Amino acid sequence: MKSLGILYKGILTRDRGAETASGPFEVMVAKEVADQIRSWRFIVLLALIVLTFLGSLYVSLGNIKNAVTIEQDPDGTFVYLKLLTITDGSMPPFHVFLNFLGPLLGIALGFDAINSEQSNGTLIRLMAQPVYRDNLILAKFVSALIIISHLFIALALLMIGAGLIITGANMEPIEVLRIFSFIFISIIYVGFWLSLSIVFSIGFKQTATSAIAGVGVWLFFTVFYPIVVNMAMKMFIPEQAMLTQPDAIKYNDMILNLLRLAPSQLFSDATTTLLMPSVRSLGPMSMEQMAGAIPSPLPFKESLMVVWPQVSGLLAATLFCFACSYYLFMRREIRS
Amino acid sequence: MENPVIDLQGLTKCYGPLRAVDNLNLAIGKGEIFGLLGPNGAGKTTAILMMLGLTEPTSGKAMVCGMNATTNPIPVKRKVGYMPDSVGFYDNMSAIENLVYTGKLNGIQATEANKRATELMNAIGLGDAMHKKTSVFSRGMKQRLGLAEVLIKRPEVIILDEPTLGIDPAGVREFLALIRQLSCEQGLTVLLSSHHLHQVQQVCDRFGIFAAGKMQLEGNLETLSKNLFAEDPYSVNIILRNQFPEPWEHAAELLSIHGARKLDIHENVATIACSSDITPDIVRFFVTKGLDVTGVHQKEFGLDEIYQKYFDNN
Repeated sequence: MKSLGILYKGILTRDRGAETASGPFEVMVAKEVADQIRSWRFIVLLALIVLTFLGSLYVSLGNIKNAVTIEQDPDGTFVYLKLLTITDGSMPPFHVFLNFLGPLLGIALGFDAINSEQSNGTLIRLMAQPVYRDNLILAKFVSALIIISHLFIALALLMIGAGLIITGANMEPIEVLRIFSFIFISIIYVGFWLSLSIVFSIGFKQTATSAIAGVGVWLFFTVFYPIVVNMAMKMFIPEQAMLTQPDAIKYNDMILNLLRLAPSQLFSDATTTLLMPSVRSLGPMSMEQMAGAIPSPLPFKESLMVVWPQVSGLLAATLFCFACSYYLFMRREIRS
Repeated sequence: MENPVIDLQGLTKCYGPLRAVDNLNLAIGKGEIFGLLGPNGAGKTTAILMMLGLTEPTSGKAMVCGMNATTNPIPVKRKVGYMPDSVGFYDNMSAIENLVYTGKLNGIQATEANKRATELMNAIGLGDAMHKKTSVFSRGMKQRLGLAEVLIKRPEVIILDEPTLGIDPAGVREFLALIRQLSCEQGLTVLLSSHHLHQVQQVCDRFGIFAAGKMQLEGNLETLSKNLFAEDPYSVNIILRNQFPEPWEHAAELLSIHGARKLDIHENVATIACSSDITPDIVRFFVTKGLDVTGVHQKEFGLDEIYQKYFDNN
């Protein structure tokens, strides 16, 4: 502290003429993005996602010739959608992988958002600066979403580019729309898990606890929830042979709706419909409904109408979690 | 006091049945250095958090720079620099990056923030460690960095919670000297909480003894000692070459001097408690009695004595 004495003159002259354009929110987002990108966990997750993407792209490219030459397939003309969805059974397609890896990505990016700052003693320092509290959680959320969006859009463009070079096929504008809405839904899906893990990071003091809580919810919905629903429904569905057709449809709908409480189910419903234009209903259809239907792909708008409830559900769940994090964080006492 | 910079009115904070801060009234004027003293768990940090709007008071008002810190914390935080008792930094960033980040959050342009941060890093003696990650910093280094972080926004008020913790003695001296200088020359208002009584005594204009959520005593050293040692605010030690005889024949005569209250004799030291400063009279008395005085020591009451006396009485 040798020269502290000579310093104060410079310190307190009030020349605040040079105010900046970038507000504290942008500064925080920039810092968070930099932090995430430099962190090891992001590099590991990036490697994981890119590897599964390359793997499923490799498999689908190997089978693309067979897939587009099947005459009965109404989706046969959409080469790029096929690239994302076909597989020879050795590996699930990319959107199924994403159903599984998306939560991991979201949880990993958000589980220590607030509590690590608190345990490092940086939270109180940060809150002593002229910064709105909500800016902090918003910055954490937005920075992770920026990274995820960039990642997914880059992957989609890589896929399109690779497809162009290898197949040389023409790309329908509808395919671009469908692929980008698939990307958009994937981002929302990861955003849901991200906001859930941010809630946990505010609620739990220990980073390990919040990580385990996040992973626990994820495992519950992907592994146990379908089992629990099936077991519960078995108890009050009568014998198969006794069911009339309307009853069977009713029970089927009930099971599906219960399963749709899981975000992964919403995501898989939404992505299948968007990536396979011939999917026209997510539930069972009766023969009467099928009668007269031409086996052709649905227009984009119709597909979107089919998945609209799923997309709204995902968005609502994301916003709900985010509202919870606001509620928990805004009036909390911050101590080091 | 007119237009106090920090004005707390009936500030109360309850955690369930516990009243951590109980009806606290405090006014600190511009340019003043106020020392908040008190035992652990007295509610000092809670009071400070309420001044920054980091926690909501159960009742009462905390006005800082004329603004309500609870309902309007952002402009308050723009003017107040706060250093918590355990400062933490982003471990994956270098020291200067941490400083620049704080600067930018305060709306300082990147180039200006960089310039100020470099100046401050050199000034706090961490110029060499500027580009090192803060994860390798020792506690004292972090504390210094914390001071730089407080100063980068050029605050009008600084609130320091246990600022000297972990700094070496030379560092503490410079730290306190800097605070004194900033306060004198720039009119900076300082509130610091500490356990190190003699350090606080060196630098503060006024003190408050804070215990069990209440401001028990408040004032400068002189008024505090007058209040607490009301009966005998002065105390004189006379040291002789030889031991006092037992009993001492002049004892009664000495106590008949106007102002002398009490006499304690221990070997060759006589301690006389008096109600006014009568040191010359006492010395004259000893000299006329032909005693060999080798030392006269007028005792001043420091914070240690005040603190001790206060908690002894209660």
